[in-house]
Amino acid sequence: MTDLKSAYDVVVIGGGHNGLACAASLAKAGKKVIVLEALHSPGGACATTEFFEQFSVSSCAQWLYQLDESVISQMSLKQNGFELSARNIPTTILSETGNHLTIFGDRLAGAGISEKDKMAFKSFNKQMMKFCDVLSKAFKRRPPSLIERSFGDVLALLGLGMKIKMLGKSDMRDLMRLGLINIYDVMEENFDNDLLKAAISVDSVLGSHMGPRSPNTVFGYLYRHMGDIFGYGRPGVSLVRGGMGQLGQSMAKAVKALGVDIELNAVVDRISIDVDKVTGVILRDGRELKAGIVVSSSDPKTTFEKFVGPVNLETDTVRRVKNVRMKGDAAKLHIALDGLPKFRGLAESRTGDRLLIAPNMEYIERAFNPSKYGQFSKSPIMDISIPSIHDSGLAPDGKHVLSAIVQYAPYDLEGGWEAGKQPFQDLLIDCLSQYYPDIKQQTLSVELLTPLDIEQRHLMHGGHWHHGEISLDQVLMMRPFPGVSQYRTPIDGLYLSGAGTHPGGGVMGLAGLNTAKEILSQKKKLKRPNFYDST
Amino acid sequence: MAEKYDAIVVGAGHNGLTNAAYLAKAGLKVVVLERNGYIGGAAVSRELYPNWKYTNCSYVCSLLRPEIIRDLRLPSQGLQVVPYGGGVTFMQNGDYFGNHTDHERHHRELARHSKRDADAYSRYEADVMKQTRIIRPFLMRTPPDPTSLKPRDIRELIGMAKAFGGMGEVGLADTMRFWTMSIGDFLEEYFESDVVKAHLAGSGIIGTALGVYSPGTAYVLLHHYMGDVDGSIGSWGLARGGMGAVSNALAGAFKSFGGTVQCDSEVAQIIVKNGKTVGVALTNGDEIHGRIVVSNLDPKRTFLKIMQETDLPKDLVSKAKNFKIRGSSGKLNIALDGLPTFNGLPKESPLCLGEKHFIDSLPRMERAYDDWKSGTWSKDPYVDMLIPTQVDPTMAPPGKHMMSVFVQYAPPKIDGRDWTSEDRDAFGKTVIDQISSYSPNFKDLILHCEVRSPQDIENEVGLTEGNIFMGELTFDQLLFNRPFPGYAQYRVPAVKGMYMCGSGTHPGGGVMAAPGANAAREILMDLNRASLVPRGYDDD
Repeated sequence: MTDLKSAYDVVVIGGGHNGLACAASLAKAGKKVIVLEALHSPGGACATTEFFEQFSVSSCAQWLYQLDESVISQMSLKQNGFELSARNIPTTILSETGNHLTIFGDRLAGAGISEKDKMAFKSFNKQMMKFCDVLSKAFKRRPPSLIERSFGDVLALLGLGMKIKMLGKSDMRDLMRLGLINIYDVMEENFDNDLLKAAISVDSVLGSHMGPRSPNTVFGYLYRHMGDIFGYGRPGVSLVRGGMGQLGQSMAKAVKALGVDIELNAVVDRISIDVDKVTGVILRDGRELKAGIVVSSSDPKTTFEKFVGPVNLETDTVRRVKNVRMKGDAAKLHIALDGLPKFRGLAESRTGDRLLIAPNMEYIERAFNPSKYGQFSKSPIMDISIPSIHDSGLAPDGKHVLSAIVQYAPYDLEGGWEAGKQPFQDLLIDCLSQYYPDIKQQTLSVELLTPLDIEQRHLMHGGHWHHGEISLDQVLMMRPFPGVSQYRTPIDGLYLSGAGTHPGGGVMGLAGLNTAKEILSQKKKLKRPNFYDST
Repeated sequence: MAEKYDAIVVGAGHNGLTNAAYLAKAGLKVVVLERNGYIGGAAVSRELYPNWKYTNCSYVCSLLRPEIIRDLRLPSQGLQVVPYGGGVTFMQNGDYFGNHTDHERHHRELARHSKRDADAYSRYEADVMKQTRIIRPFLMRTPPDPTSLKPRDIRELIGMAKAFGGMGEVGLADTMRFWTMSIGDFLEEYFESDVVKAHLAGSGIIGTALGVYSPGTAYVLLHHYMGDVDGSIGSWGLARGGMGAVSNALAGAFKSFGGTVQCDSEVAQIIVKNGKTVGVALTNGDEIHGRIVVSNLDPKRTFLKIMQETDLPKDLVSKAKNFKIRGSSGKLNIALDGLPTFNGLPKESPLCLGEKHFIDSLPRMERAYDDWKSGTWSKDPYVDMLIPTQVDPTMAPPGKHMMSVFVQYAPPKIDGRDWTSEDRDAFGKTVIDQISSYSPNFKDLILHCEVRSPQDIENEVGLTEGNIFMGELTFDQLLFNRPFPGYAQYRVPAVKGMYMCGSGTHPGGGVMAAPGANAAREILMDLNRASLVPRGYDDD
């Protein structure tokens, strides 16, 4: 057990990738840091679990596509055991007829795709990448404040403005429109092929409580493809050898090498506060850790409602915390298989692709409808990975694991998940069997993680893997909510660094890095006026 | 022999007439061409059943800009807007939620449903009013082009930034959230009672093809709150004699400045020569010449129907094609033999004067939208029903009544095919059944009923897909994006003399007349004439 008497400059709550990235940066700057992780292994949503004897799977995040390259280099992750088992994995969207479409970067094949669509996809991609490039500048630093007071931020904003201006009139006008419109209409404008339209729509709504017809979903697409600008292993998705848990492990190893203490099974009970100033944290076992700076990489609701407590907050802050929308709508399905799965019409060489089930946009929209009323989709969409094809260590020889993100499965299921879990699991297997007829014979074991399970297992409120919906009213300077958007909180010395802060969820690590930058810059600067002083 | 005018306005809707009135007032020789045999576009009163006046398209008045009413002296042309109050949302359990005008009674009524909601209401009202005050000054201004470096655009942008900056960080944050979130999420932040949320959410979806949970609908709510009657912001009124009175008063003002209205004159083609408009050709073969042509039609009709692709820049044509203008609403206009009674509501209750709704929860409203998405009309529709004759008896014989029923949602096409008369009847029946389950004597009182699908509205009024706002009010199509980014300043830069003035331009639909006035200001500026058009909003 760590000697808790030794004084720490910073206590980091949560050993997820953001907490660890933040700890690493702070330690490099000479701070004495301890990371408290409630679970028995580090990594947070970057976890690998053995869900059936000798079958392991990335139990929360499954693809790596947005991890910022600088995180890898700053933490020397490669020296600490991090390795990809596959990269630039193409996406194949399954068709009910077996005539599937595969997307290799900006190239398309199969499904009788027309030359016109191929060309249109190339130019669509090119434009999206331009927008992502501009947006990425805003991702790598703290978000601007609504009314800018710091000279550095004004300069950065002007820089961003210049970048947008340099897009030229035509692209700039498109950006003004596309940033706000829904993906459904844009797809109808650009393409003919149903599978293509659906594949792009899936990327726009994955992880969120929205359908393709919901306004602002083009932003969702840009968000997901930010990884193509700064992500390690880009473009496209990659798999981590040993599962995502290996990333968590290597990050933990890296921070330890930098002198950071990590204590596992350390459940935080509350953050101790003395007159709006942080003094440390109190663990559930009664121990108290003193520190002038506490960084919480937990989600904003857990941090403010549980750790800080309403008594230490203003009424308005309490209300804003309550109003952060973060109810998970995605479930995770894990299946241990007796052999290599065979999808109807799919070449064996393509089985290792990222496989999508969502044959057309109406299907996705129909899948979304019931979730608005607290019911799960009758025909859900799936984002499937069979990681054991690229990484034999995950399953015994000749056997495989299938891991799928499943939408939509509302956190607040009508009738509760206890009653709903088995019917939903059966429905998912039936749905898969339409594309993969032998699934039932090959299945050895099934594990379904509902948003409720994800909440309990990964300690994220509402089971929302982004720690809060990625929609225009909750991004940038509005993330997690106005007034706490620059990693600082109304409590002096308390910082937020999780996916609930800018730039948000997905395994990026940027929120952690940005928080560390913010903490390190604080000493040099005069305290800026409080959010509420300006009214 | 072609006649020659200074300016030709295509379409005698309220915006076309407002535009024409200002141009004529500035001394131009102006003609307004109307396809139908009557003027008004979507602001009309028509006698479709003997002795009954149907205000059969738009039916209430609040957004009409007061500065235009004053400036064009519309009251002296016979316009009289009578305010009305009340409003009820009936519940499935036999209860209702009433919208009392009196503050104390309203509070008591809210408390009857939820004490918490009663307390939250004043916070809600103050917050919405704050948003209203922010947007109102922009209604009578031309939106700046953010991509332009012209001094005028930069000046306007800075003005805008100042206005928003002046709100303080909290205000600005709340505004940005308000503009991007859904009406459902917004209301959930204040209220817990289903019926209260459902009652308030209606304004967030009327006229749009979006559901209560679609992001962006909170702004649409604003669009229904920012009007006023006699300076009372957020109130609604009825034009005496029906909405046709608005058009008639505007036409009266226009004629008093020497303008000409020519009905039964459908424009087939806007004639462009060497990048300049020279006039229009009518479907009857006549040509009317003028160096300025202003289109009051929606952007799709303007650019894809009465203009030629070869006369327009390529990006404009594709933008017009991609313009979102979806029909989402239908209408029933009913002649009644007497006043219907409603379950649980005394006949003399002041609540009866207002709109009646029959849907009592957000999920029910959203399901109505799901039906639209799958290509059919709502089986349990959101209805905004009003009996204007209770306030304005001029519209029906004594003792008889006229009922206007706005219905959401109805698609422009059923499963991709045209509406048939059976569809129309079935649609009408759905609505009548819904109302009569709350009003036992309603069906027996019906003397005549006109059912209008979005397709009927398109055919008669000329609104593409029957969209009442001439284009969705979503942020990708608002302010400097309305109708399209780069074309928000009422002119068509590539064609000299060509302008737009319909609701498809900023600030959008609703009988507001602001687009018409703003377009007139731009035209007069291009002609180097003194601007007579009011700008901004002095009262706020």
